[in-house]
Amino acid sequence: MAHRALAHKSTDDVAIAVADLKAGEELTIHSLEGGKPHKVKLLEDVPLGHKVALKDLPKGHVVIEYGEKVGQMTQAVAKGGYVHVHNIRTLRWNYGEKAKSAKPKAPGRAKGGR
Amino acid sequence: MARKSPSKAMRLTGYRRPNGAVGVRNHVLILPVDDLSNAAAEGVARLINGTTALPHPYGRLQFGEDLELTFRTLAGHGANANVHGVVVIGIEPKWTDRVASAIAKTGKPVETFSIERHGDLNVINAASRVAYRMVQDASELRREPIQVSELVLSIKCGESDPTLGLAGNKAQGRAVDRLVDMGASVIFGETSELTGGEHLIANRCATPALKRKFMQIYNEYIQMIEAQGVDLMGSQPTEGNIRGGLSTIEEKALGNIQKTGTRPVNAVLNYAEPVKPGQGLVFMNSSSAGAEQVTLCAASGSVLHFFTTGQGNVVGHPLMPVIKVSPNPITCSTMSEHIDVKLPDLLVGDINLDQAADRILDVFIRTANGRLTAAELLRHNEFVITKLYPSA
Repeated sequence: MAHRALAHKSTDDVAIAVADLKAGEELTIHSLEGGKPHKVKLLEDVPLGHKVALKDLPKGHVVIEYGEKVGQMTQAVAKGGYVHVHNIRTLRWNYGEKAKSAKPKAPGRAKGGR
Repeated sequence: MARKSPSKAMRLTGYRRPNGAVGVRNHVLILPVDDLSNAAAEGVARLINGTTALPHPYGRLQFGEDLELTFRTLAGHGANANVHGVVVIGIEPKWTDRVASAIAKTGKPVETFSIERHGDLNVINAASRVAYRMVQDASELRREPIQVSELVLSIKCGESDPTLGLAGNKAQGRAVDRLVDMGASVIFGETSELTGGEHLIANRCATPALKRKFMQIYNEYIQMIEAQGVDLMGSQPTEGNIRGGLSTIEEKALGNIQKTGTRPVNAVLNYAEPVKPGQGLVFMNSSSAGAEQVTLCAASGSVLHFFTTGQGNVVGHPLMPVIKVSPNPITCSTMSEHIDVKLPDLLVGDINLDQAADRILDVFIRTANGRLTAAELLRHNEFVITKLYPSA
């Protein structure tokens, strides 16, 4: 079966394009772990390897992929839209933000790292 | 696991070293202890056919844990079962002997030379005569039948993109499960790149003590980053990852972890600690940078490395064959000469994971038996020592 896009789990918020996809394409997106396929009309071009929204994702939504949290929407994206660094951000790397309001500690030798 | 696969009929050959360790290559190593000895080591390697020098920028005025790691990395490469014999060259005799005596515990031929009071030219002359004899001896060794359960192997992915999490790393994970079930040790690492999936690895640790040790290593790494007053935004994921479609470290980590398969984590080690066959799946604290992690795996005793790539990381290693696996059709067509196992048909569902794992293990068998990898053919000899902090 020549897939155009695939999700890890049918309950995930996003799927991965496995070919370069064009706006307007009507896709049936299956999941690696089975479950109900998603019918999605693409709103934007999505390159190979990049993500398609499988449902409407409001700003602030915590995005699920692999059944796990992978980030938070910084802008709303509609079902069929393109999800990438312009509208999703990590939940984990936030020290840079914290550091703006706190004085950085003196850089020093840290055990077990470099 | 019911399946038809090449694993049942794995006919492997290799080199059994005096201490019983089993390798799949037969190198004679010219090992500089420090940056100052690179010229002499490379001089010997240019003169004597069949030798491999490992030039590097460190080995002077290091101290503490950082010095221990450099020694462990150098001695680990000498002790690696892909190596028949080692010529160790250092600027002065004390540290030179320290590295050589750690290698000599394996029972393989080791000889040392120091440059002070002799000079490069005398050292190159004497060391070349020793290397000449070692290569001739190595050339008379014959491959013999070996078992998968006698091997230490390793894995890493690089220039990742979501095609790995969907396909390439899933297939690699299936291959890793089979290798572990057959008794191989398989090392994985990439501490920073487990972020977002660290709980999944922690929950696979075989005992509560291992789980605590893993979480301690992981948390210390994150604290080290935060102590710099920064985060890894801009570095993890890399610009190459982002170009390939990865948006966050969590997404990258969850894709990364697929290649570790599903078996328990039986050991949790720090940088370049030795690994023996029969340990199963082993976590080793390491950088996520390709050449650093691959070098640490070789130092731990790995004799063959699987490297999955999305966007096309080209890394290799001087002593260890590195098998490149990619499911990305653009990478497989534009960088064909770098990829040993091409899996774009898995990405679109034309073959299944078991068929893809069969393809990886077929190339594994042929590579272990002597087939050269893309990285070996293209002279990708990256050797990068992990440095923990500045030298004195």
